[in-house]
Amino acid sequence: MYRYDEFDHAFVQQRVAQFRDQVSRRLTGDLGENEFKPLRLMNGVYLQLHAYMLRVAIPYGVLSSRQLRMLAHIARTYDKGFGHFTTRQNIQFNWPQLVDVPDILDDLASVEMHAIQTSGNCIRNTTSDPFAGAAADEIEDPRVYCEIIRQWSTLHPEFAFLPRKFKIAVSGADTDRAAVKFHDIGIYIRRDEAGEVGFEILAGGGLGRTPMVAQTVREFLPKQHLLSYLEAILRVYNRLGRRDNKYKARIKILLHATGIEEFRRLVEEEWKVIKDLDYDLPEHEMQRIQAYFAPPPYETLDATSRRFESAKFSNPAFADWAKRNVHGHKQPGYGIVTISLKPIGGVPGDASADEMDFVADLAERYSLGEIRVTHRQNLVLAQVKLEDLEKVFEELVDNGLATPNEGLVTDIIACPGLDYCALANARSIPVAQRISERLADLRHQHDIGDLHLNISGCINACGHHHAATLGILGVDRRGEEYYQITLGGSAFEDASVGSIVGPAFSADGVVDAVETIINTYLGIREDGETFLGAVRRVGIDPFKGALYGAD
Amino acid sequence: MTQQVVTANRLTDGAVVYFTVDGQWSIWLSEAGIAESETEGEALLASAQEAVDANVVVEPYLIEVRSEGSTIKPVRYREAIRSKGPTTHPHHGRDAAFAVSGANAPAAFQNGL
Repeated sequence: MYRYDEFDHAFVQQRVAQFRDQVSRRLTGDLGENEFKPLRLMNGVYLQLHAYMLRVAIPYGVLSSRQLRMLAHIARTYDKGFGHFTTRQNIQFNWPQLVDVPDILDDLASVEMHAIQTSGNCIRNTTSDPFAGAAADEIEDPRVYCEIIRQWSTLHPEFAFLPRKFKIAVSGADTDRAAVKFHDIGIYIRRDEAGEVGFEILAGGGLGRTPMVAQTVREFLPKQHLLSYLEAILRVYNRLGRRDNKYKARIKILLHATGIEEFRRLVEEEWKVIKDLDYDLPEHEMQRIQAYFAPPPYETLDATSRRFESAKFSNPAFADWAKRNVHGHKQPGYGIVTISLKPIGGVPGDASADEMDFVADLAERYSLGEIRVTHRQNLVLAQVKLEDLEKVFEELVDNGLATPNEGLVTDIIACPGLDYCALANARSIPVAQRISERLADLRHQHDIGDLHLNISGCINACGHHHAATLGILGVDRRGEEYYQITLGGSAFEDASVGSIVGPAFSADGVVDAVETIINTYLGIREDGETFLGAVRRVGIDPFKGALYGAD
Repeated sequence: MTQQVVTANRLTDGAVVYFTVDGQWSIWLSEAGIAESETEGEALLASAQEAVDANVVVEPYLIEVRSEGSTIKPVRYREAIRSKGPTTHPHHGRDAAFAVSGANAPAAFQNGL
């Protein structure tokens, strides 16, 4: 993975020292709250319902064991012993004291981490495929380009005060595991007809109160032009994006207003001006960054492992887990493991300090000391030998982390909701917990099959409810928590926004409603048809009928 | 008449606090000073503002409450959650033993509220 050079170290340490000074001036009153608030937000410190919240960037979701241990240390020392992994592949600490934040940032800097640009109207953490560098269906490792974008976008003077926040995702595989089409800029690594590798560039995707699927701005961009092209898009947005209304300030609104043709023309026109100037990364610099992501020293192994195959035969619990939580690897004899952070009845995305330490240790012993965070709030060990899988599973079982539910109905995304978030209108986590408990039976979950159930506690949609096959949005209806259900969304390459099925349900009724919807699907599905497939075939009417009656 | 109290977050740690009768800040809603009229509410908020200038709290505001005997309950569930801590992590709330149902809390959500 990428290692800081001397400039990175010096810069991050300088920022910690600046923030330490700012906090001390705030406490003495030399800085008022109005002056301090933008400064703390620039360093990832929010004021939430019960306490400050610190959002730490995990660049494209990749952590070393050493870094994860530091997150555990922070959770234990400065927080209440846990952290919350987010849909942007970051981690949030819910209980830091303001006076401790400079020390926390110091600790983070010691392992090459920080909280810069995790808030504010700037380019946020670039997200990616959690299977990057390991996926069997990958053209190239997207982390190289994520890192290039990270360096370009960090403190980019022109883009520090955009009309609104800006999110970029990169995928290098055929299967989109990064929700690319719901980002301000989405990038797919593609091969053209001549076999050259480059990028398909999309823009204008997003969730929030106006969910939109990104559209293709350029079918194929040669690799060397990545930064100048992104620069051109950002310039068009920075110039024409609305600043008068924060709800209409995202690039998706601009693109919707201009139309894709005009937007493309504006971008290409800007790009023509800058593409041959020095905006792009020189080849040697590209290679330098690429070297950090060189394939690790894999052992030469058979494509199948007898031990793995026989363990699946003799150990049904292992077979269940392997069926959902183990994925194909590009290197023969290796697999990719998803560690579910969705225990039945648990809090989606939460991990205790002890669990973090355990996973860091497990990764060191079995997965080359590296961990990924997924946008579905799980963790991934991307480099596990097939012959080690049963041992990994047994250790996960011993530590309560072997829930075999990846991609099943209990693998729920949930934002912190009104239990923590100052913006939320309703709680998310308790709804997730109750659905998970209701649908806990694994055979039933397998029968239901692939189903992404996502919950947001407000229209800002941090819980990606629009992009779920079954989405739930918490609303405040006359002083009570209500839940609106959407069906038919997808965050994959066939991205779509879910449709609202009808009037919202009370907190007491929402779990029954979810079960009614699932039972309706089980009744109407054709052979091998997924929940999403069925919704796309029949529309929402049968579900509406089951929920609200014939009329 | 609506009853109101002033709440804010403490500057040093962000903790939810309430403005008391004697002009102090308490983490217990039961110790909050109650304004019985709009005018009293405005006056209470104005005196709470001094603590902002003194760097004790940030962003004070008025919330509606109902006082019943010696207990004070927020009208809105958002404030009920603020007063007790997250319902999903009751062990991280300010009083894990507290299990009184807040105003408007749906039956399904009475874990800690």
